[in-house]
Amino acid sequence: MADSGYFDLRSAVLLLLLAALAVIPLFGDIFYTRLFTRIMIYAMAALSLDLILGFGGMVSLGHAAFLGVGAYTVGILSLWGVQSAFLSWPLAMLFSMLIALVIGAISLRVSGVSFIMITLAFAQMLYYCFISLKGYGGSDGMTLAGRSSLAGLLDISRHGTFYYLVLCILLLILFAANRLVHSRFGMAIQGIRDNERRMLSLGFPTFRYKLVCFVFAAGIAGLAGALMANQSLYVGPALMHWKQSAEILVMVILGGMRSLAGPILGALGLLLAEEILSNYTEHWMIILGPFLIIVVLCGRKGIYGMLKGANDHD
Amino acid sequence: MTEALLEVRGLVKCFGAIMASARLSLSIMPGEVHAIIGPNGAGKSTLISLIAGELRPDAGVIRFSGKEITALPVHKRSRLGLARSFQITSIFQGFCALDNVALAIQACSGHSFRFWQNARRIAALREPALSILEQVGLAGRAQTVAARLSYGEQRQLEIAMALAVKPKLLLLDEPMAGMGQEETEQLTALLMGLKGKQTLVLVEHDMEAVFALADRISVLVYGQMIATGTPDVIRSLAEVRKAYLGDEEMEGA
Repeated sequence: MADSGYFDLRSAVLLLLLAALAVIPLFGDIFYTRLFTRIMIYAMAALSLDLILGFGGMVSLGHAAFLGVGAYTVGILSLWGVQSAFLSWPLAMLFSMLIALVIGAISLRVSGVSFIMITLAFAQMLYYCFISLKGYGGSDGMTLAGRSSLAGLLDISRHGTFYYLVLCILLLILFAANRLVHSRFGMAIQGIRDNERRMLSLGFPTFRYKLVCFVFAAGIAGLAGALMANQSLYVGPALMHWKQSAEILVMVILGGMRSLAGPILGALGLLLAEEILSNYTEHWMIILGPFLIIVVLCGRKGIYGMLKGANDHD
Repeated sequence: MTEALLEVRGLVKCFGAIMASARLSLSIMPGEVHAIIGPNGAGKSTLISLIAGELRPDAGVIRFSGKEITALPVHKRSRLGLARSFQITSIFQGFCALDNVALAIQACSGHSFRFWQNARRIAALREPALSILEQVGLAGRAQTVAARLSYGEQRQLEIAMALAVKPKLLLLDEPMAGMGQEETEQLTALLMGLKGKQTLVLVEHDMEAVFALADRISVLVYGQMIATGTPDVIRSLAEVRKAYLGDEEMEGA
């Protein structure tokens, strides 16, 4: 918060980031436009995971499943000739949410390590399920003929236009998520994270709130998946592999759980580090790994937490 | 005679070979302060958990304001008006004191599937929460993060949250546990102020507080109620002295 007297580093970094994101395509370098499009899409996925992980206290290692379902929805519909984003993107969200409803209804009956394992198992099940769908590319996946159409309103086959659309969606999600975590629902979810037993004894049917939170997060991840399919014009089972889930988890932890800006910084940090370091060595994780350990050991609040001063409760 | 608010009949709960509740029966009348005392391991906390619904009995019936609640889950019992405080302080450490109580108010103001309005700006949640904090003497600490409150203040907050849901029956599980003399006196005064307005079940080791507050006292030993009566009656029972008070007085001497 700005009232703490010292220079507010957090707001400064976020404003700077926003300003940078606003101008990147203006330089006209397709490579960076595409890279940052990808970063922003991952930021959405990480933000949605943080809703259940940081705010809901549910450690899911199967979040990529919803990315995959969203991407495949767009891919399969496009194969059937449905190109309209107004149809395929909402459907991508809807299918992700339906699958999250089933996965959540089963896995939220347990918590802790069991919950991690069940979410992981469901995601891997979906992964193998899509590998066996030979009609849709099997393990090779499938390439899309082109990006979704927006009924002539926008031509997102142009990288710059697509970039700004993704930026707008990211800001909308950030705004909505910010409302959500401060709403009565958000208070309930955080109460459940901190002390579920007390919430039950206060009269909250906690299971329902956790399930709704899980389904919401899946909806955002589904949308991110739909955008990812459009970004790379490729849909494959690797999108829902557990390594993908782990990567999103690392973004959240690196950037800082329990904040909405944290996951965005995490996605930026991880993907930029990967991009830069992989120019020098293919074993870039050797450099990033120790850095990640340091971030986690120093305060556990990630990059965003480091920006806000040692004992600064908001 | 009026009907009991809470009626427990023939309650049995076993943990392996140990019978924590052995055909236990208990009636709580509306408006009374009913203390439950007994030595460590007598099954007091088990009884609270059975009444609150965190444990399911192996046998027996629990009725609350005319309804059988034996099979109801915790949150539904809470909605019927059965609130509790915890022996081990159970508050939301990261929230400020006011947030803690406001969350309790939120629990009894309809469902929380409301996703847009900022909960901290809803007067219907904040104002009653503040008045409860005033009632327990924490109004000055409303904006303090719960983790930074003193132990005694956390215990007060614990009770504030239980009061906030406006329960018909409030179960207090060792509210004085770990408190200093002064804090205990403060809390006794607070509970004294509730007397006559709030039906209370008080599980407590502090005999001074128990005899000062209770209208009736039940003595629990090995999962059974060996006596129930007014403080004067309980004080005079030889059996109770032997089982419990005797040791206590010797320690105190």
